[in-house]
Amino acid sequence: MNKLKFLFSFLFIIFYSGASFSEVAPSDVVADEYGAVTASLTGVAGDPTNGRKVFMNRKQGNCLACHVNSEMSEQTFHGAVGPVLDGVADRWTAAELRGMLVNSKKVFEGTIMPAFYKDSGYNRTLKKFVGKTILKAQQVEDVLAYLQTLKE
Amino acid sequence: MIFAKKIFITLLMIFGLNLSTASADESAELVVEGQPILTRTKAPSHMENIDEVRSGWTFRIKETQALQMDDFENPGMIFVDKGIDLWNKVEGSKNKSCASCHGDASEFKGLRTVMPKWNASAGALWSMEDHVNNCRTEQMGAEPLKWGKAPMDSIVALIGLQSRGMTMNVKIDGDVEPMWELGKELFYTRVGQLDMSCANCHEDNYGVMIRADHLSQGQINGFPTYRLKNAKLNSIHARFKGCMKNIRATPYKVGGDEFRALELYVASRGNGLSAETPSVRN
Repeated sequence: MNKLKFLFSFLFIIFYSGASFSEVAPSDVVADEYGAVTASLTGVAGDPTNGRKVFMNRKQGNCLACHVNSEMSEQTFHGAVGPVLDGVADRWTAAELRGMLVNSKKVFEGTIMPAFYKDSGYNRTLKKFVGKTILKAQQVEDVLAYLQTLKE
Repeated sequence: MIFAKKIFITLLMIFGLNLSTASADESAELVVEGQPILTRTKAPSHMENIDEVRSGWTFRIKETQALQMDDFENPGMIFVDKGIDLWNKVEGSKNKSCASCHGDASEFKGLRTVMPKWNASAGALWSMEDHVNNCRTEQMGAEPLKWGKAPMDSIVALIGLQSRGMTMNVKIDGDVEPMWELGKELFYTRVGQLDMSCANCHEDNYGVMIRADHLSQGQINGFPTYRLKNAKLNSIHARFKGCMKNIRATPYKVGGDEFRALELYVASRGNGLSAETPSVRN
């Protein structure tokens, strides 16, 4: 019985330390000189099914506001502010796409695209969003996994 | 009648949404009650990045455009009627209405085209709302009206209507220059968690679809404007506030210096267009 307790607390510690230490904080993300981010933000493989939902959700990725994505043609009104995302996985590596999601301004200078994993350096942020990122680390990884399915 | 109009508008909104926003008639010409309205013209010389300025009307779908072409169909005119009632209403300790001093609102023909404007006696940049409230508190002994609420917007629309079809021509130099410069700076400053400036959408991307919305140049020559979205008149500052909240930024104060400055700068980007008050948008 005591052995079992010990085992559980051991597993508990491993699990929690794993969860808190493997997630990269927004200010600790390492990007190369072109803005690409090689390392996963969480160490947990992205889930493309959830990524598709985050991509579509107007309060999360809201990616269709600005991009056409034919894979999502069941959704009406795709925006045209940014480039079409069909075949995006053929044109960019995972590191480049992750960099664009984290902070596209490091990839495309002066772009209108918001940084989805940046929690500081903003001007007059509405109170409820202060100190927050638009997407959580795992959501970024999930969207990335979904984008990687967009091949022509 | 009003009820019938509401049903018509609701149907129109449903209809309009289904019919896709791509059917904006960008070459249409605006004629209201037989009066031609200039909706495209050469950009004023102070604008560096745009050659032609365009009224928001040119970005709307045919059905929305049509609503502004006939005063009987323009839902903004219902609010103008309310403005007329308020214009004639005796209020305050001096038992006066607007009409007591000014007769009918046509006395202010042309005023809309030069607003906002420096007021020498106040030593400040004044919007139309300031004129209304100054009269109320000083001449009528009445309470000021709240900016961005229906009574104020209705009376501002009534006064604005008197200038419909006349050319926008706000002054940008002299006493107002520091405010104009501040407004310009605000126009190009990124704010909020989405980190966007007015220019990102309304200068760099006008004419482009952002989801179901056709981005305009953000012109204010038709304000207060009736929006199908909220079925009421919308003031200039209320619209600025809405835009800022959309990009997750803390809005400046309605009636405060920043929005006054932005109003002046944005108005000056429409110099040369016709005043369209009350316009109809989505």
